[in-house]
Amino acid sequence: MAGLNSIAEGDKKNPFSRSKWNIGLWVLVAAYLVYSVDAMGLNGERFLSGIGHAGTLLDRMFPPNFERWELLLSGLVESLEIAMISSVSGIFLSLFIGILAARNLMPAWVSVPIRGFIALCRSFHPVIIAILFVKSVGFGALAGILTLIIASIGFIAKLFAEAIEEISLKQVEAIRATGASFSSVVIYAVMPQVFSRFIGFATYQFDSNLRNSTMVGIVGAGGLGGTLFSAFQRFDYDFVAAILITIISLILVWEFLSTLVRRVF
Amino acid sequence: MSSVPKLLQVKELKKEYVSGNPVLKGVDFSITEAGLVAIIGPSGTGKSTLLRCINRLIDATEGQIIVNDVDICKTKGRPLRKLRRQIAMVFQEYNLVERLSVMENVLSGRLGYMSTWQAWRRNYTQQDINSAYELLGSVGLAEHATQRADSLSGGQRQRVGIARAVMQNPSIILADEPTSSLDPKTAVEIMELLEKFSMEKNIPVLINMHDVNLAKRFAKRIIGMSNGDVVYDGPPQGISDDHLKEIYGGESWLD
Repeated sequence: MAGLNSIAEGDKKNPFSRSKWNIGLWVLVAAYLVYSVDAMGLNGERFLSGIGHAGTLLDRMFPPNFERWELLLSGLVESLEIAMISSVSGIFLSLFIGILAARNLMPAWVSVPIRGFIALCRSFHPVIIAILFVKSVGFGALAGILTLIIASIGFIAKLFAEAIEEISLKQVEAIRATGASFSSVVIYAVMPQVFSRFIGFATYQFDSNLRNSTMVGIVGAGGLGGTLFSAFQRFDYDFVAAILITIISLILVWEFLSTLVRRVF
Repeated sequence: MSSVPKLLQVKELKKEYVSGNPVLKGVDFSITEAGLVAIIGPSGTGKSTLLRCINRLIDATEGQIIVNDVDICKTKGRPLRKLRRQIAMVFQEYNLVERLSVMENVLSGRLGYMSTWQAWRRNYTQQDINSAYELLGSVGLAEHATQRADSLSGGQRQRVGIARAVMQNPSIILADEPTSSLDPKTAVEIMELLEKFSMEKNIPVLINMHDVNLAKRFAKRIIGMSNGDVVYDGPPQGISDDHLKEIYGGESWLD
């Protein structure tokens, strides 16, 4: 029996040797980073003067001014309504779109175009979609609602389709073998396997819609964002602070509620 | 003999997954009465393919499969689903819907008789609910009705699988290696259960299996398959070592 070192046919290539290309690539990335910092004019002086401005802003923000609470409240209520309507309809639509996009349930001629539609929904940031809708359907809450429905579909339908693609097809096969129709198979063999994940996606999306509903107003699509934007433009920084505090508490309250919801499922 | 109604008739059945490379090469047999029929043969000889062709979970390439006078190979859509209700299936890995309760799994045998709307609302008839409880009792799992299916042991899951199959009120039950994932004692219990239902409810049961001794013990007829062909079809007493050598190849494994 020959020992491990007895094969003498010259040295073999080390499979872990350094590659010049690899090193070169890292050097290139580092050089580009240094160049970018220089091109943006980022230096210590600029940074310190920026901090100074921030200090002035904070000074003017305190104490927060809740005098115009009626305006604040009506903006908040509108934001909440936008978030609620868009989440419920977006999540409901995603349920069907997600099933249609799942490659293990649908033939390619259905799933490919549906996947294309989902990719389209995901390809723009909500701000850009909001601007498009404000231009096409006009100022106000409708534009905000449509924006967030599109955002919800882009996120949930995609994740839901991926969750469906990971299910056990054995269970599906067994229900199919009982003579159940396709929709009964979905209800009985697919949904039980993915429903808890769907609830997870849905609560996360509501959270995201809640935050985005305070943003779409900045481009005129309704909600608290509009109030925030005009307060900024009129240099009412104490009112801005009041609005920001309201948004933070809104998110915290939802955070608390969603923990409760998740505990149920 | 031609006057006897044939519950299931398989004629010249061929299946090719890859063109020119048949898995089933013209299988012929028919089943006319209740009782256990075992299909034995080595792995990869097309036993599972045969069973899956019979309820059209996969499509046959050529040939006929006649169930209650209808050729299932030529049906699709609603008529196919109606035929599938007649053909219940028991799986090697049980294939229960794990996140549903034991009761929901048993009742899922009725889905072929219900609309989607009824399935969504779990709107079963009182008669279905009564027979589901009765079946769960007769497989010895009455007290587990509300438990989730994934909390059961392998043998218990297969009992639920059998209850689901009987719940379909089928003309025939297909069982694809129902005991292969179980220990020898549980395997015998499952075979006894299948035999009991076959006799009580007058349902023929077609079982794929590896275990020749288990097949000889329970089946009243054995179909031996090798390389996609039927090489033996007859009573268990008639099967000889020569037949077994032909089916499985070699002889070192024989006692």
